[in-house]
Amino acid sequence: MTQTVTTEDVQRVAELASLELTSEEETRMVRDLNAILGYVQHMNELNTANIEPMAQVGELAGHEALRPDDVATSLRRDAVMAGAPETDGVFFKVPKVIER
Amino acid sequence: MSTTASVAPELLAKYEPVIGLEVHVQLLTQTKAFCGCSNKFGAPPNTLVCPVCLGLPGALPVLNKRAVEFAVLAARALNCEIRERSIFARKNYFYPDLPKGYQISQFDKPIAEHGWIDVDTPNGEKRIGITRLHMEEDAGKSIHDGFPDSATRTYVDLNRCGTPLIEIVSEPDIRTPDEAYEYLTKLKEILLYTGVSDCNMEEGSLRCDANVSVRPRGQEKFGTKAEVKNVNSFRFIRAALEYEIERQVEVIEGGGRVVQETRLWNANEGRTYSMRSKEQAHDYRYFPEPDLPPLIVTADKQAAILQDMPELPEARRKRMISEYEITAQDAQTLTATRAFADQFEAAAKAAKSPKRVANLVQSELTMRLKAANLELEQSPITMKGIAQAADLAEEGKLSSKQLKQLFDTAFERNEDFGIVYEREKPQQISDPAAIEKLIDEVIAGNPKQVEQYRAGKKTVAAFFVGQVMKLSKGQANPSLLNELVAKKLDA
Repeated sequence: MTQTVTTEDVQRVAELASLELTSEEETRMVRDLNAILGYVQHMNELNTANIEPMAQVGELAGHEALRPDDVATSLRRDAVMAGAPETDGVFFKVPKVIER
Repeated sequence: MSTTASVAPELLAKYEPVIGLEVHVQLLTQTKAFCGCSNKFGAPPNTLVCPVCLGLPGALPVLNKRAVEFAVLAARALNCEIRERSIFARKNYFYPDLPKGYQISQFDKPIAEHGWIDVDTPNGEKRIGITRLHMEEDAGKSIHDGFPDSATRTYVDLNRCGTPLIEIVSEPDIRTPDEAYEYLTKLKEILLYTGVSDCNMEEGSLRCDANVSVRPRGQEKFGTKAEVKNVNSFRFIRAALEYEIERQVEVIEGGGRVVQETRLWNANEGRTYSMRSKEQAHDYRYFPEPDLPPLIVTADKQAAILQDMPELPEARRKRMISEYEITAQDAQTLTATRAFADQFEAAAKAAKSPKRVANLVQSELTMRLKAANLELEQSPITMKGIAQAADLAEEGKLSSKQLKQLFDTAFERNEDFGIVYEREKPQQISDPAAIEKLIDEVIAGNPKQVEQYRAGKKTVAAFFVGQVMKLSKGQANPSLLNELVAKKLDA
């Protein structure tokens, strides 16, 4: 199997995804991602030159997938905040954000 | 460092700035882009949220039809080509006010592209290209200051999260901060006319980021650009660009290199600051949004939507100039907002002289609004009131002095012209005999001027008109007075 994904790639993707991987997990990720990309490589052998890319199949249902601009009831704030990790009852609170 | 020129003008002149603008505009829909939560500014924090805009697992977005219609209207008003089939994409990044961990946006197939706006420059009209106009959703709001534990905590309000936006990206065609200002002014005016947004910068419904670089004049290749964010008025954009251009010239002239980075504008200090973001930090890993089908807006659909397109400001000014015989300057004032232009046209059509209505707006009204620090929409005198005043003046039932007094009263008491006029109905002396009596009095008192007049100096008539008007306390019917003075003096 050709090695297209390197350890550096995995580290970069993990950083972007805010994941912390142990070196053991990194090794496994390199192996798994290469296996996945190897399979994609295999599919690339198909000629898709004249086929529109399709990211999802909703379009096939044929109905207009738009919603009228009518207001629906929002959730109650106390119910929302019940699921918040930290709150003053009004806002979500998160550890201080400095960099944007 | 300060905003005042620290770089010598002759050094600055060696470089040509290249500016491109990205403008985000919130759409005036009733509901959010992908859920039925109300799209309203100023509600109590976190009360306009639901599983979709909170990004709860399993919740699915469904696109707001009205938002699509607004995007199409705006795109066409900005001379864009509209794509029949556009694709939503996920823009991935982590920030607490973005609960899903991605923003639904459009990437390689936006709803519209290839538009333009013509702006006025000192060298005449210039066309600024619009690269693209795409649909996306807004993020929530992070509040970094003002709470007892703000040193360690950021507060998040997700009401704004999911508000429908259009992002309008210009070509790097802008060459001066003034052109940027003109572009934004025109853009805002056009969008206000289409009614798709209120473009209120204080409330954040119109926001602008600027990409700016400099290059030695004559060089074709662009310099390295910086992106300036956090600028919340057109005036500040101009100032931020001026600052940034000088900063970059200074860096280059000092033998340094401009770094590609994002810089924040600090309005209090009048300068930009580097955000010092980690190298390579931005990689949004766009991919097609699997929860939304392609957006299809067929030619028929577009035509139906575009039936709601109002007459746009440029075209309207041209028409009004020829229709009402007003000046370009008049037309500019009168079309400041669509509502005001509508009111003017309704009033002008009903009035005896549209030109006089325009004149009153341009002189008496504008002057008083400026003095009272009011916007047109806040004027105590409505266009109907202006038209009424114009008619009374046109018919000679109101002297210009009386009109001015009534306008003053209207502004003092915050009442419309009609109300003031009905109450104070200035007495106008329209009885020829009474006026003649006053004229006789003035003639008797000024034999020298009478002599001058009769010796051929006809302009002295104005002196008599003025004196009689004064004697009548401004109440003599002006046209009758003019006529009678001439008659008496010629007798």
